[in-house]
Amino acid sequence: MTKLKVDGNEIEVPDHYTLLQACEDGGAEIPRFCWHERLSIAGNCRMCLVEVKGGPPKPAASCAMGVKDLRPGPEGQLPEVFTNTPMVKKAREGVMEFLLINHPLDCPICDQGGECDLQDQAMAFGVDASRYKENKRAVEDKYVGPLVKTIMNRCIHCTRCVRFTTEVAGIAELGLIGRGEDAEITTYLEHAMTSELQGNVIDLCPVGALTSKPYAFQARPWELGKTESIDVMDAVGSAIRVDTRGREVMRVMPRVNEAVNEEWISDKTRFIWDGLRTQRLDRPYMRDGEGRLREASWGEAFQAIGKAVSAAKPEKIGAIAGDLAGVEEMYALKELMHSLGSKNIDCRQDGSKLDPAFGRASYLFGPSIEAIEEADALLIVGANPRFEASVLNARIRKRWGFVEPFPIAVIGENADLRYDYDYLGAGTDTLTTLIDGKHDFLETLKNAERPMIILGQGALSREDGLSVLASTAKLARTIGAIGGEWNGFGVLHTAASRVGGLDLGFVPGEGGMNAREMLSGTDVLFLLGADEMDMTLRTAGFTVYIGTHGDVGAHHADVILPAAAYTEKSATYVNTEGRVQLANRAGFAPGDAREDWAILRALSDVVGHRLPFNSLNELRAKLYQEYKHFALIDEIAVPETSDISTGFDELVKKAGKMEASGFASPIKDFYLTNPIARASAVMAECSALARGETKLAAE
Amino acid sequence: MLADKDRIFTNIYGIHDKSLKGAMKRGHWDNTKALIEMGREGVINVMKESGLRGRGGAGFPTGLKWSFMPKESDGRPHYLVVNADESEPGTCKDRDIMRHDPHTLIEGCVIAGFAMGANTAYIYIRGEYIREREALQAAIDECYDAGLLGRDNKCGWDFDVYVHHGAGAYICGEETAMLESLEGKKGLPRLKPPFPANVGLWGCPTTVNNVESIAVAPTILRRGASWFAGIGREKNTGTKLFCVSGHVERPCTVEEEMSITFRELVDRHCGGVRGGADNLLAVIPGGSSVPLVPGDQIIDAPLDFDSLRELKSGLGTAAVIVMDKSTDIVKAIARIAYFYRHESCGQCTPCREGTGWMWRLMQRMVEGRAQKREIDMLFDVTKQIEGHTICALGDAAAWPIQGLIRHFRPEMERRIDEFTRNAEPGARPVLEAAE
Repeated sequence: MTKLKVDGNEIEVPDHYTLLQACEDGGAEIPRFCWHERLSIAGNCRMCLVEVKGGPPKPAASCAMGVKDLRPGPEGQLPEVFTNTPMVKKAREGVMEFLLINHPLDCPICDQGGECDLQDQAMAFGVDASRYKENKRAVEDKYVGPLVKTIMNRCIHCTRCVRFTTEVAGIAELGLIGRGEDAEITTYLEHAMTSELQGNVIDLCPVGALTSKPYAFQARPWELGKTESIDVMDAVGSAIRVDTRGREVMRVMPRVNEAVNEEWISDKTRFIWDGLRTQRLDRPYMRDGEGRLREASWGEAFQAIGKAVSAAKPEKIGAIAGDLAGVEEMYALKELMHSLGSKNIDCRQDGSKLDPAFGRASYLFGPSIEAIEEADALLIVGANPRFEASVLNARIRKRWGFVEPFPIAVIGENADLRYDYDYLGAGTDTLTTLIDGKHDFLETLKNAERPMIILGQGALSREDGLSVLASTAKLARTIGAIGGEWNGFGVLHTAASRVGGLDLGFVPGEGGMNAREMLSGTDVLFLLGADEMDMTLRTAGFTVYIGTHGDVGAHHADVILPAAAYTEKSATYVNTEGRVQLANRAGFAPGDAREDWAILRALSDVVGHRLPFNSLNELRAKLYQEYKHFALIDEIAVPETSDISTGFDELVKKAGKMEASGFASPIKDFYLTNPIARASAVMAECSALARGETKLAAE
Repeated sequence: MLADKDRIFTNIYGIHDKSLKGAMKRGHWDNTKALIEMGREGVINVMKESGLRGRGGAGFPTGLKWSFMPKESDGRPHYLVVNADESEPGTCKDRDIMRHDPHTLIEGCVIAGFAMGANTAYIYIRGEYIREREALQAAIDECYDAGLLGRDNKCGWDFDVYVHHGAGAYICGEETAMLESLEGKKGLPRLKPPFPANVGLWGCPTTVNNVESIAVAPTILRRGASWFAGIGREKNTGTKLFCVSGHVERPCTVEEEMSITFRELVDRHCGGVRGGADNLLAVIPGGSSVPLVPGDQIIDAPLDFDSLRELKSGLGTAAVIVMDKSTDIVKAIARIAYFYRHESCGQCTPCREGTGWMWRLMQRMVEGRAQKREIDMLFDVTKQIEGHTICALGDAAAWPIQGLIRHFRPEMERRIDEFTRNAEPGARPVLEAAE
């Protein structure tokens, strides 16, 4: 700890702090544009100038100077920093004036208006009038892709965007070209950016130079309702803020959650919102005699379902929960199926072989996302974290690039992960070689104090998935990733609902059918937003689709019950590390659509097995009674070490023969992984661009 | 007046043989091993006692700078980087060293490298200096062939010298921008601290020195600190290459003693100011980045760091730009302002935005198409740039204009008056930006 005085107040701060952080700690507000706590220090905006006592007779950039660089006074007095002297005030006014001379001051037509750092700081630290009478600089706007709109006249060259893409996203797509006044931010050849995290530059841009293209001219920040919620596009559970105007979601912004997403979100999370408006199911539908879907009332729809259910034998009724389902509705559906006497329930659309029978540690991302920064060796098996969990991948990159490079190896697809790794091989053969100790990397893992294994769904949703899981568990034991204080066994999920479903035990009971078998084997099948399955396999039987979008599931349904999307309901989601988080309702579902749990509750009446709750609170009370950890919001209920080892003992026994083939990531198209994304025009454009189907502007 | 026997650069005009043989005949490379045997401390002490101040412009004591390098290596190599990116307008001393007397520099590199524990020197040479680069490279090759450089050389200190040429950016003459450029990045100055002596080239301890500072070192060590310190004034000792350009009869680069008066320098070596001393308007005594000094103030002033600082200017690189009364002084400074606008790296705000603003204002000042209060505003703008930037380019851009306003404000006001008087209402529509 270092002691210093800020404006006369004595404070103590950690040694690694910069003056800027120390001053903020000391209660002094320091204006800044280029400085950002998660990026490297550029020190180029010069807005954060402060006066350092005893230093040269000029102000110092507080962002670039560490408290360790301060010198004590001649008689050992504490070093002193001033943020409110005339020198500082004048320097700030000068810098602000320089920033504004070439800034267009088009705030009335700027999307950043109302949430603009430059606007705010000009009010707080600038002078009221400009002395600049010459013409302002004009800069051509650049094409950087379908997500980020550029108005380059407004750029103040803070280079946050450049540093973000280079350091966090891991691909140097943006750069500052030219010199002096002619310096411009661009993607060099005006290619679209390819990073899955590019949307974050919009938040980072302190002015309106980089704004959201889909959101352009849609709304003003002060007219938006802001709801804190949780993202469901992947299993990371990023903290988001949903901005709504009336019923409509206007945009999605990240919130800070140091344990999960820091302050980044992926582009799918950010730009999904137009998919919430299109292809929506806003009233019940029934298939008529000619096989066409027609609008129906809730009563008609329920009656048809009731008829089908009473006609079917209990063992011929099944339910599949989709990737976006909340814990509450899965719980209601499970209870409903239980009361109907069916054991056919499954939340694993992709055929993953994860099973709660082996204990919670067998399907959680054990080390926790934050602990990636502590790992000292990493093996990725059958996962492409860049697409399966972009924000988590940024954390790996942070560990690798910001903290220090550490050994990373991959078994699976040889893809660009935005960091360097040893490519060991494609599939099971390599895994076996590694387990047998015929590969050097085993030693690296063994020698590591905190080795980590990331096991992806690409390795688990195969026929031999259980063997792969068991073998990897064995490997985790061998290298000491499991068994001690450190739990380095991390299963990376791709579906937001999956961990919650496994926690609930939403898997086939004794003798029950799994998701795949249910398609062909059931007479009545409930699909709770399940759209990721090959529905052509369902040739007979009555299908009920409860969901939000007219996607695959709805197309093959006999009755469609319109439900609420994740921004339209309060629901619990458990992320890949087992963190229980609550999504909140930002707006109401369209038309006749209802919250899923309420639909199931109403349906239970019709089929003659009334579920024992009348409100969400009653449902939750029951849920928390049965599964205590769901009550621990924002926490991870870490499994007991003894439970982990019992589960792993059981699991390791299942290691059997593995088919010799490569692991393939389940994410075939990052931008189109769920029904909301498939309904989004923005995502469709991104997808086409990523597949190389869209011509670039420069061509 | 410097006696011929005291000259360090004995072939600055390229009259004699510039090859290794010729250089050795003139006394260079003479038992360099003995200099090395003085030991690190010994070399640094002599340099400190000689009072040599860096010849690149800032005038920081060279011996002191060398002593900042870590005494013991912590495993990282040490580097010597020689700043031969001589781009300051008016300055042309290093190019003469490199093309006519390159061995002074190469020998200096070995000694300086030894004094700071560096086994490698990079000479970053200005991109436009093509013949100079060839001459320097040829001289280095000669030294390798003669066993003066490389592993197990005759000097007793393993040493490699690499010549790296720049791409024509003035900012790469700033020491940290030069390191960035050497590393293959864009030449943007780094934040300090950490200073290069601690974290420099590729993160290793590095010292950046001007060509002249390095090239004079061997002779100082041979002839002793007291010889060098005996030339010039106290704290401003030794010999210095002056580059006199502009309105003198015979512009030249000449080695003279420090603290020579302007009158003596110009009269003795350049044939005097064009039209006589009475015709002198102003002098920029240290390259374009220092403020000008009016002729009557500088004519009998000694040219050295401290006396020029008293005149609110500086010795800089000792590039003496002489301007007689035919000079459009406002236009001259406006041209300098254009240079700095063009060469600002664009990294930090005051310099990026301010240099353009100053240049545009200066253009109007040239015509007189301005208000008198804008002169004060211009001065205020220069003050807002000065000291608020990462590197000294902001200061360098601000000083010439400050000098102009300080000394030639009446001339600027006269132009404004004249312009106002001649302006016919309505004859010249004033264009305004989309307002």
